[in-house]
Amino acid sequence: MPGVFYRRPDPEDPPFVEAGDTVEEGETIGLVEVMKNFHDIEADSAGTISEFLVDDEAEIEADQELVTIE
Amino acid sequence: MITIQEGGIASTVQDRGRFGHYHIGMPPSGAMDKYAHTVANYLVGNEADAATIEMTYQGITATFDEDTVIAITGADMSPSLNGESIGTWETVAVDAGDELELAFATEGARAYLAVAGGIDVPEVMGSRSTYTLVGIGGHEGRSLEEGDELPIGEADDTPTDLVGTQLDDEYVPAYADEDTVRVVLGLTDYRLTEESKETLCEAEWTVSPEADRIGYRLEGPEMEFKEREQPFGAGTDPSNVVDLGYPIGSIQMPQKPIVLLQDAVTGGGYATVGTVISADRGLLAQRQTHKSVYFEDVDVDEALAARKERDERLETIRAEIESTD
Repeated sequence: MPGVFYRRPDPEDPPFVEAGDTVEEGETIGLVEVMKNFHDIEADSAGTISEFLVDDEAEIEADQELVTIE
Repeated sequence: MITIQEGGIASTVQDRGRFGHYHIGMPPSGAMDKYAHTVANYLVGNEADAATIEMTYQGITATFDEDTVIAITGADMSPSLNGESIGTWETVAVDAGDELELAFATEGARAYLAVAGGIDVPEVMGSRSTYTLVGIGGHEGRSLEEGDELPIGEADDTPTDLVGTQLDDEYVPAYADEDTVRVVLGLTDYRLTEESKETLCEAEWTVSPEADRIGYRLEGPEMEFKEREQPFGAGTDPSNVVDLGYPIGSIQMPQKPIVLLQDAVTGGGYATVGTVISADRGLLAQRQTHKSVYFEDVDVDEALAARKERDERLETIRAEIESTD
């Protein structure tokens, strides 16, 4: 969905995950803000994060790829 | 009955709205895109005021426990029935046990699901519309969630003969291209400098992530107000005026515009510099976050003519659908 992508749960907090981290399927890796609400973005597969394709606080669109997990 | 498997991110039951309570601070709620809501109802043989499900950006997944007919209009959320893609702006037959699934919106922001007989939640103060801020109407006054069960109203006679009716292409809005909405300037546009007033109707505005059923906050150039000594009763900020009623669609201007929509506050002390006309509010409600919007200045006569044209188009659509009956 179109909104703003956040890598941190709170501006003061560290990012949910970094490139190189191992994630489980369903683990929260970021947030998208849309309509004044924050929705969790969950990993759609388990693996290691190889790359973030968008920056923190970037504007994103529906169907956009955010992260590469290998 | 419809059982919700996945509620999407903001799906609510809406009809045409809850009227007659504006003076006590109660906005009407109701479908954000009345045109899409109404056409969906006509396609399944309902009256325009039957309740539909309004879905925002992400559609629902739901199962039906009875045979019926449905129509999905508005934003394109790639609907499928038992995994098979189905058409939009079209009457579709559903069998008991079928699973309907909608994905995310590829064009537009809001889709409408109408079912023959309407979504039969109880009326609250004369309407089935959900007003989530207060928690009334619709299904328990809130957005739909997994496990919710929605009753379907009695259709006079399930209109299976409408199945396959497809709205003529000329009546299907191209939401992605509709970036201009018409506004009537006022009530307090005199507060803006002449330069800002011109900028309002020339600038490219962008829908911010803070855009929902309450209001659409837009990003764009900073607006400037004429200097004055604030009158008694008005706040100290230059954007403040003595409290006044806010028409639905009015553009409130706390420096950057917020277009007040179906669930908005009904009055207050911000300058409202214009009002998006009723015929174009549905198009605004279909603009996705990050998309641009332009305001075109029209007078009240043009606004009324646009509303009449929209209503006549809906009547034509209704007649065409009934003639295929």
